[in-house]
Amino acid sequence: MTITETPTTPTPHSRRLTTSKAIVEAIAFEMDRDPSVFYLGEDVGSYGGIFGSTGGLLDRFGKDRVIDTPISETAFIGLGIGAAVEGMRPIVELMFADFMGVCLDQIYNHMAKIHFESGGNVKVPMVLTMGAGGGYSDGAQHSQCLWGTFAHLPGMKVVVPSSPADAKGLMTAAIRDDSPVVYMFHKGVMGLPWMAKNPRSNDDVPEGDYETPIGKANVVRSGNDVTVVTISLSVHHALDVAERLAGDGIDVEVLDLRSLVPLDREAILASVAKTGRLVVVDEDYLSFGMSGEVVATIAEHDPTLLKRPAERVAVPDVPIPYAHALEYAVLPRHDRIEAAVRRAVAG
Amino acid sequence: MTTQAAAQPTTPQQAGGGPDLDPAVRLGLYETMVLSRTYEEAILREYHADKGPGFDIGKGLIPGEMHLSAGQEPVAAGVCAHLTTGDAVTATHRPHHFAVAHGVDLRRMTAEIFGREGGLGRGRGGHMHLFDPDTHFSCSGIIAEGYPPALGQAFAFHRQGTDRIAVAVTGEGAANQGAFHESLNLAARWSLPVVFVVEDNDWGISVPRTASTSVASNADRAVAYGIPGERIEGNDVEGVYGAARRAVARARAGEGPSLIEVHTLRLWGHFEGDAQGYRLDLEDAPSHDPIPRYEAALREAGVLDDETVTRIRSAAGERTEDAIAFAKNSPVPDPASATSYVFA
Ligand SMILES: Cc1ncc(C[n+]2csc(CCOP(=O)(O)OP(=O)(O)O)c2C)c(N)n1
Repeated sequence: MTITETPTTPTPHSRRLTTSKAIVEAIAFEMDRDPSVFYLGEDVGSYGGIFGSTGGLLDRFGKDRVIDTPISETAFIGLGIGAAVEGMRPIVELMFADFMGVCLDQIYNHMAKIHFESGGNVKVPMVLTMGAGGGYSDGAQHSQCLWGTFAHLPGMKVVVPSSPADAKGLMTAAIRDDSPVVYMFHKGVMGLPWMAKNPRSNDDVPEGDYETPIGKANVVRSGNDVTVVTISLSVHHALDVAERLAGDGIDVEVLDLRSLVPLDREAILASVAKTGRLVVVDEDYLSFGMSGEVVATIAEHDPTLLKRPAERVAVPDVPIPYAHALEYAVLPRHDRIEAAVRRAVAG
Repeated sequence: MTTQAAAQPTTPQQAGGGPDLDPAVRLGLYETMVLSRTYEEAILREYHADKGPGFDIGKGLIPGEMHLSAGQEPVAAGVCAHLTTGDAVTATHRPHHFAVAHGVDLRRMTAEIFGREGGLGRGRGGHMHLFDPDTHFSCSGIIAEGYPPALGQAFAFHRQGTDRIAVAVTGEGAANQGAFHESLNLAARWSLPVVFVVEDNDWGISVPRTASTSVASNADRAVAYGIPGERIEGNDVEGVYGAARRAVARARAGEGPSLIEVHTLRLWGHFEGDAQGYRLDLEDAPSHDPIPRYEAALREAGVLDDETVTRIRSAAGERTEDAIAFAKNSPVPDPASATSYVFA
């Protein structure tokens, strides 16, 4: 595995990798140890995945296991389902989450329901990967997160890593999982050379084999004044804001959910029980999604945990605009997160 | 519906091109192609002007993905020559040549590409989402998804008692998508006034047509749905012109849809920033540029001379730079208006 960017003092058993390289490392490891694993999707072969999710895999494993498909998402996602049912472990890439529209039936009526409808007799051990998120003016059809939509539909786990180390461990866990796992990588965490990136997208990744358990949130920064519950690229933004606000004496705890399904409600409750203040940051649409679910978790369990009303920072129910100024007005970027945190700790 | 024999490639002469074609038409085709290319060269220049250091896709006056159509001008020029702005065109993620050829206002289109308030979509849409009600032009970034709405536009034109038609465009990669096949069947069954156009540039991003597609010609797929299909080889603008004349006439006469596939050329990357490491035909590509080739043919036929070439090129340059200046002078949308226009 090549080290791409200037390493700082690495710990003995880790080195710095971009998230995309960390994902590839996990996939390669599983492909080595399990011949039933294969990767399917558009431009995943010689191109290496539009977002670098398969770089180098074709050379290493050949075109029988790293397979470029026609632009026929219903057919090849369905193919993944069928192969999984017969005991293979496909990883199938939908290039952008936004493209779910052309193939959703295979995903939510088939991939996600077969285990249930068969009374648990038929398993679908597949991973459906996809790029998500905006921030680079790709317009309303190529910038959505949509993880809340997948999470709303029962029967699939929904994993959304924020860091290279988690991305590797969660990919390993996803491939080994006997349930279908939707694995969504925000383009902004991948460490792509052609996109502005947060330095956190290139970070220490342990060598060797490990799983990051799906469904366990991670306190990525512990603090006492306010809890920021978030996921994916917004974790990076929240950490930046937390570091900045530490200088103002505001001690922010940042909880990275890592997955929406299962949702680690215990971790949310534990953190809010400690801080009494909650900000949920989500790059998905505001209504009927992750941010509402997190707040409902508190409301249902014990609304008195909150000393002030919860704050939600999300995309305000508008398609993602193209123009930079408009897009940055609706995305949950540092300015909006900081303002929400300041409101949450006021009074 | 009678079954038809598998479609045969059409030669330029059969297609209705060549020396018999009215010189004014030939000049018009050339002019449209030159305008489109001139326009895209300018967009290319502006797009890359401020992406650095390195290449940051989200940066600059024109941010985001940029799919340019250089090399594919013969398709748009040949088809749109038969349309009026009352006819509809649904284009793809690579829409500029069709927009230019169909007469979309260059200034407002350019302002949209620059994300400005004066743009077709007030900066909300971007280059893959151009909507121009004046010319019934639209496009989509989702592969093959421009086909179904074209059916509806054709349906409305027919119900409204007009002879207007809809043209639906995709790439050859899109022809493996469900929406393509559903649309062909429905349009055929309901005899809708649609002309389906497939731009076969050999590549769907990095995937060659040979690796993605089970048939040599998408014209065969048209035949499978009981409608005429023609494949035009050689990126030949006059071949496209002739095939489109037949298809448009058939649609206007209420005889139903047709499909035209054109073997064309993607001169540049899939999108800007695409290193095209996968592409073996790259070195050769410039020698197949359809515009110099057509220019040479028209000169030989005495239709074009130096003076006319200069006039056409400078007119194209002026219109283009005027549109770019308009875009740059158009205001950046007010962030406070970011949630506007979700509902009517
Ligand atoms: C449903 C869907 N799947 C995948 C994509 C990603 N994508 C954008 S362009 C493209 C290739 C399209 O190839 P083709 O239809 O031949 O058109 P071309 O780009 O060659 O003009 C792909 C796969 C998409 N936009 N929509």
